Amino acid sequence: MEFNYLSEIVEYCRREGKDMAQAMVDYEMKNKGLTREQVYEGLKRVLLVMEESVEQGMTQQVITPSGMLNNWAKTVAQASVNTLGPSLKMAAARAIAVGEVNACMGKIAAAPTAGSAGILPAVLVTMMEEHGTTRERLLDALLVTSAVGLIFAKNSSFAGSEAGCMGETGSAAAMGAAAIVYLLGGTEEQILEAVGFALKASMGLVCDPVGGLVEEPCTTRNAVGVANAFVSAQLALAGIKSLIPADEVIAATKEVGDLMSPRLKESGQGGLANTKTGREIQKRVFATVRAQKG
Amino acid sequence: MSEQPSIFDILGPIMIGPSSSHTAGASRIGYIARQLLNEKPVRAVITLYNSFAKTHKGHGTDRAIVGGILGFGPDDPRIRQSFEIGKEEGLEWEFKFVGDSARFHSNTAKIRLEGAGGGKVEITGASLGGGRIKIQEIEGFRVDFTASMHTLVVIADDIPGSIRNISGAIADRGSNIANMYVSRSEKLANMVIEVDQPIDKETLKKIESFPWVKFARRVEPMVDGSSRYEK
Ligand code: SF4
Repeated sequence: MEFNYLSEIVEYCRREGKDMAQAMVDYEMKNKGLTREQVYEGLKRVLLVMEESVEQGMTQQVITPSGMLNNWAKTVAQASVNTLGPSLKMAAARAIAVGEVNACMGKIAAAPTAGSAGILPAVLVTMMEEHGTTRERLLDALLVTSAVGLIFAKNSSFAGSEAGCMGETGSAAAMGAAAIVYLLGGTEEQILEAVGFALKASMGLVCDPVGGLVEEPCTTRNAVGVANAFVSAQLALAGIKSLIPADEVIAATKEVGDLMSPRLKESGQGGLANTKTGREIQKRVFATVRAQKG
Repeated sequence: MSEQPSIFDILGPIMIGPSSSHTAGASRIGYIARQLLNEKPVRAVITLYNSFAKTHKGHGTDRAIVGGILGFGPDDPRIRQSFEIGKEEGLEWEFKFVGDSARFHSNTAKIRLEGAGGGKVEITGASLGGGRIKIQEIEGFRVDFTASMHTLVVIADDIPGSIRNISGAIADRGSNIANMYVSRSEKLANMVIEVDQPIDKETLKKIESFPWVKFARRVEPMVDGSSRYEK
């Protein structure tokens, strides 16, 4: 069983009278010889790790070995100012929490990648907190994110070294947007619109981590990626359409990724990594790491 | 089995951070070396090449590989304390670094292990991204497998009938061979056989009992959350 475009998945849903989550259950069962229960068992493991990584970053002491990140999730969560109410602030904090846990060699689900691992957990936990969404529903939402991820991986790339950060935090935001639309009762078409909005907002985003470490700018980009997911879902649920269909937006991310200079794709030689401060941090970080290891 | 990606490739791997290639993939290479040694390791010499050599410290590549050698899967939080645990368990290790080698993929590690019982093994593996890996050399033989299936590695005298006997031993137990790679050097043949079911102890014993077999080991695929090496 093969899906190459989001439109094919929507077509399958229509033909079989199923929603996108169930289409992906069929896909996994047929291709991997699994039972429905096994698919959901796997999803439960992923969701558990996601929830735990949010929880850890929000409650435990997290200072990365490089010293670049220092309990930022808690700092954000405790802020007395809310630009748009506490929900957005908490959603952002949750994404940072996972980024910090990841950078401290904690356990995460690299969905779709380790660098962008904060976005989906933040979206799902926030849906639970804000809308009372059950874990059972979140498992189905994960299936919907996997549909978007599958098609993105086929027609573009999750690798920062190929598609820049639009391949990581961009695709994760699109997956998150799809989950939100699904959970709030949107149609298959609306899920695709949300994917289109989220990816268009990330188009051309470069991969430029300072010192080659998955910390700066990755962590705050995850937080902004969550906002992207919620706004994109909001637009889609309101009924406006991405004038460029999602599958074509994905194709465009591939073209843009190919056109991007290799210096802007995880090389550590361009963008923020190549700023005066970025270089200084790199020098300092590697000097400390060396000293620590003797 | 189809070639289509699993939804769990997209929603995973579940791993210890920070990097799927430099941490999760690295630990997998160590873990496979441990499985091939098939006994308690006491000494390890680990050579890191290219990007692994340059950026291992910031990504915990060194701790991840030692963790893998201790039998910790890529999602095992003990990876973080692998140096401390390794010392307690009597493992000695040494890292070497080769910054630029055109011969190897950018994230490559060569691991030489010695076991408490005197066994030795040397493998070279590359981390391909997303936690996926490829083993490229075992005991100096070129190989090419991903350890995503149940895999049997056999080094044997290159005599007529050796391949037939080994595949027969596997088929006798009702398993199907999915892929088989054979490479030869001097008078030895190296076989890497991927099978659709776990290779049981009896099959392995039978293969080891052929007088012309020098080395027969199995590698079990690693699945998220179930990657514990039984001691
Ligand atoms: S900047 Fe690069 S390393 Fe960081 S999250 Fe984006 S793609 Fe990943």
